[in-house]
Amino acid sequence: MTITDINTVRTPERKAGAEGNFYSTKKTHLPGMNKRIQQLRKESVDTQESLSIERALITTQFYKENEGKYSAPMMRALNFMEICKQKTIYIGDDELIVGERGPYPKSVPTFPELTCHSVEDFHVLNSREQQRYTIPQKDIDTYEQEVIPYWKGRTMRERIFNHVPETWKAAYHAGVFTEFMEQRAPGHTTLDGKIYRKGMLDFKKEIDDQIRQLDFLNDPDATEKLEELQAMLISCDAAVVFAERHAELAEKIAEKENNNQRKKELRQIAEVCRRVPANAPRNLWEAIQMYWFVHLGTITELNGWDAMNPGHFDQHLTPFYEKEILNETITREEAKELISCFWIKVNNHPAPPKVGITARESGTYNDFTNINLGGLKPDGSDGVSEVSYIMLEIIEELHILQPGNSVHISQKTPDKFLTAATKVIRQGHGYPSVFNPDIYVQELTNQGKSLKDAYEGGCSGCIEVGAFGKEAYILTGYLNVPKIVELTLNNGIDPLTGKKAGIETGNPLDFKNFEELYLAFLKQLDYIVDLKIRVSNYIDKMFAKYAPAPFLSVVIEDCISKGKDYYNGGPRYNTNYIQCTGLGTVTDSFSVIKKHVFEEGTFSMETLLSAVSKNFEGEEVLRQRILNRTPFFGNDDDYADEIALRVYNDLYKAIDGKPNIKGETFHLNMLSTTCHVYFGLVLGATPNGRFAGKSISDGTSPSHGCDTHGPTNVIRSLGKLDQIKSGGTLLNLRFVPSLLKREKDVEKLGHLIRSYFTLGGHHIQFNVVDTATLLAAQACPEDYKDLLVRMAGYSDYFNDMNADLQQEVIDRTENEVI
Amino acid sequence: MTQPLIFDIKRYAINDGPGIRITIFFKGCPLTCAWCHNPESQSPKVQKLYTPSKCIGSQDCIEICPENALTLTPQGIVTNSDKCNLCGLCADACPTKAIEMSGKFYKPEELIDIIQKEKVHIKQSNGGVTFSGGEPLMFSEFLIQMLKECGKQGLHRAVDTSGFASTETLLEVAKHTDLFLYDLKMMDPVQHKKWTGVDNRLILKNLKILNEFGANVNIRIPFIKNVNTGLEEVTKMAEFISQLNLKRRDLEIASPVLLNILPYHNIAVNKYQKLGSDYKDFEMTEPTEKEQKMAISVFKKFGLELEIGG
Repeated sequence: MTITDINTVRTPERKAGAEGNFYSTKKTHLPGMNKRIQQLRKESVDTQESLSIERALITTQFYKENEGKYSAPMMRALNFMEICKQKTIYIGDDELIVGERGPYPKSVPTFPELTCHSVEDFHVLNSREQQRYTIPQKDIDTYEQEVIPYWKGRTMRERIFNHVPETWKAAYHAGVFTEFMEQRAPGHTTLDGKIYRKGMLDFKKEIDDQIRQLDFLNDPDATEKLEELQAMLISCDAAVVFAERHAELAEKIAEKENNNQRKKELRQIAEVCRRVPANAPRNLWEAIQMYWFVHLGTITELNGWDAMNPGHFDQHLTPFYEKEILNETITREEAKELISCFWIKVNNHPAPPKVGITARESGTYNDFTNINLGGLKPDGSDGVSEVSYIMLEIIEELHILQPGNSVHISQKTPDKFLTAATKVIRQGHGYPSVFNPDIYVQELTNQGKSLKDAYEGGCSGCIEVGAFGKEAYILTGYLNVPKIVELTLNNGIDPLTGKKAGIETGNPLDFKNFEELYLAFLKQLDYIVDLKIRVSNYIDKMFAKYAPAPFLSVVIEDCISKGKDYYNGGPRYNTNYIQCTGLGTVTDSFSVIKKHVFEEGTFSMETLLSAVSKNFEGEEVLRQRILNRTPFFGNDDDYADEIALRVYNDLYKAIDGKPNIKGETFHLNMLSTTCHVYFGLVLGATPNGRFAGKSISDGTSPSHGCDTHGPTNVIRSLGKLDQIKSGGTLLNLRFVPSLLKREKDVEKLGHLIRSYFTLGGHHIQFNVVDTATLLAAQACPEDYKDLLVRMAGYSDYFNDMNADLQQEVIDRTENEVI
Repeated sequence: MTQPLIFDIKRYAINDGPGIRITIFFKGCPLTCAWCHNPESQSPKVQKLYTPSKCIGSQDCIEICPENALTLTPQGIVTNSDKCNLCGLCADACPTKAIEMSGKFYKPEELIDIIQKEKVHIKQSNGGVTFSGGEPLMFSEFLIQMLKECGKQGLHRAVDTSGFASTETLLEVAKHTDLFLYDLKMMDPVQHKKWTGVDNRLILKNLKILNEFGANVNIRIPFIKNVNTGLEEVTKMAEFISQLNLKRRDLEIASPVLLNILPYHNIAVNKYQKLGSDYKDFEMTEPTEKEQKMAISVFKKFGLELEIGG
């Protein structure tokens, strides 16, 4: 579906704009600070997502000719070089920051070496209602002849599925967990500040030094290290080649350009592209272009999860900005224009489409680049600068899907910045999300990072934290914890299929008390987690062996000095996360069983399980009693919150400290993105009164509609969890615009955020919409095309969500206070 | 001591004084304002609320009622008020909360516990606790006890009042109150009596005295078309208030606005239905934007700034 010109949007039926909603009815001009930005934004928003087979053809050709000739890292590096040499170079009209992953904006390459799309996949992508990616028939034919036959049996995906145990497959197909790396490479990579101080030529010097120091006599890994380091050298060259081809094209266009102003700009672009990434940037323009080339390099080399993140981009750009302002070589407006150009560049890059089941797990165009604003500097001081405010302005003005953005509010962050951020939140674009550095610095140090590296950390993608520029923090997949409860209540059998997906932990009708049931749950949990880890470790090993990422390794700390790849323990820190979903659903289900079955005898286990198995058909009275007469999570009710705390701590125990292949460990994460919708679809009715197929609770948020005591109670319930133990929790709160009408209401939202963070909250985000707007949007989608909704760690267009997701947004509790 | 029933406790209250607050609603009011948004606040007794749309016809209520006061009709559950003794068993038995009892006794220490839970938000926002109603001054002894206790805890205390109480009581309460949210409805005593059931002379007198006493007062005017939105009425109110010479005394608290007008809206209709009573809403409607602007400009002429909304 194209996201079309917002100028064509007709007046909505209700005056949402009057309520401080984002749906302005008075749009007289295109969003953006000036004509250039307005035009670039319009093109970016209007262009239909499409697939490009260029990269696949280059890669296939290269592999056909060179298979078996080189080591894995060298194959990857030479293939990367080949792409950089051959791919179509694009410079759009009026662009200042240049470079596209595909041949033109919003054209996405495929990565057949990871997972090879079938002809049928392309037809689906070409024709589906939502998140369509177009591809011409002749390209599908070429793909069928040139690409598909070669990769049959050779893709990472096939290798992985050929080797996983049957027990894993049983759990996977039952929807007990997902596996991130079956279609995309391990990612979640965020940069620190080194690329603003060093160019590729400097990195090459470091690599050469390292090669010289290799001890082939005493180090048995020396040859492997040499192969990796040589691959890094080639990757550095490839990035420079890629940039120089942009310089050449810019010069060529400049020659023919009649407009003198544009001619000058094109020559400037050429100069910038000759300078970076070969050398360290000298000014703001070069700094932004430097990052963009590195970004493009990493997402061209492989298709990593969460694309690539610049991290604390405001902090990285601040020295360049301040120097140029001081020297009067740039104005604030010019700086803002350059950064706006970058913003639009990121929006030009939708995520490569997946195949099969993961399209349901996480169906979105979003490639999860998340810009961190504010927060702390590496020395622990406040990181807010004028650039942070400029970026907030851009976020508000452009309101585009990508890049994602977040504000980081520590005790040291000035109220002025928080208020500026909450004003953007009020607009209802669904961002920025809000993070608490005072807590995540502790999360990171608890995982063993140095304080300095932790201060430089932040979040990438959704809510997961890492030490920027120094860590591979791999999300391995989501865990459907309510499904584990379901397995426990069915003695290891998945009631939806009748097949065994867990282990036998006893007939639930024999449990004499809540403790017996809970211990059975813990046994199932341990079994599932160990199964998941076994395969995750195997997949990690496969990537280390067959699909290293030498270019990414150049820019992540310690890969060069260790002579090891990003996927092979090269980074300073190597973390694996398992993301647990549905804490609210699990807590509420246990609360029902504990209170009604074992304590008060409102009904028996048999009655409850029978109602659940019938999806509460004919049992509405029982279901209503459950919904209205049970303490649920999110109301500052200790009865439910103690269960939540216990489950959370046991998830931590089940995951934290288990070994990965890099000599480090797995950690707990509480992220759900949109997977709670998929997990709900593969889950029968649950004891908390939730119908079969309905989404489970997201992140660490309460079950939908069950937080009936207002936002302060939700926050205090969440505050009871020791969030430092995780690598990220997630709290969604929906606010109707009427709660944020006046200046002081917005300030109070800031106070609410601060009070959550005082209680140890990691993250909070707000959906500022009202039901009427959403219903109107469902009824008349074409009138609400720019309706952005924030959900579970990302923003998406409401129209691009499927009906389940849309319903989910509508169902969330409105914190309406009349 | 007369113990008040509490009919609601509102958290994240952002319209009842500065900062983030918790508002405690006392049940019972000497006024019967025609536009009252909380009709269940008027009676000091426990009342039964019934929401037909929530009722799924389980009949648990009928079974449990010891007085046989309930019957199921095509319109839902009907209570025979002669038989009903308001014991509340039906509400406890109802699976959907279609029947609810309005009004609950809390021990002072229970309320203090509830208030204290909000302290983290109150502290962060320079907020506090607001006692509203109903008319909290109807239960002055209990109210003062609560105010004293909250004072010990260092909490900012606001009292939302109609001003219809003995001056002595009001001044006693004022010793323990940081801010009054004081309702002013209209100047004409006859009209006032017609719309609220009571004469306004005591209210006006109390307001003057309270202000002279040195209390922080935030005057709030419910603004209702066909009741008090006429130019003459607005002018009279503005004149009266300007003569009071209100002062912002408490500079510590973030911006306590001195004057608010609260535009009427008819969301309460639903609540009247729940109580099973009629809504006497034949004349009242929402004020137009023009009327609101007029009010702002009239007040401005008298040198008064006002804010629309709580």
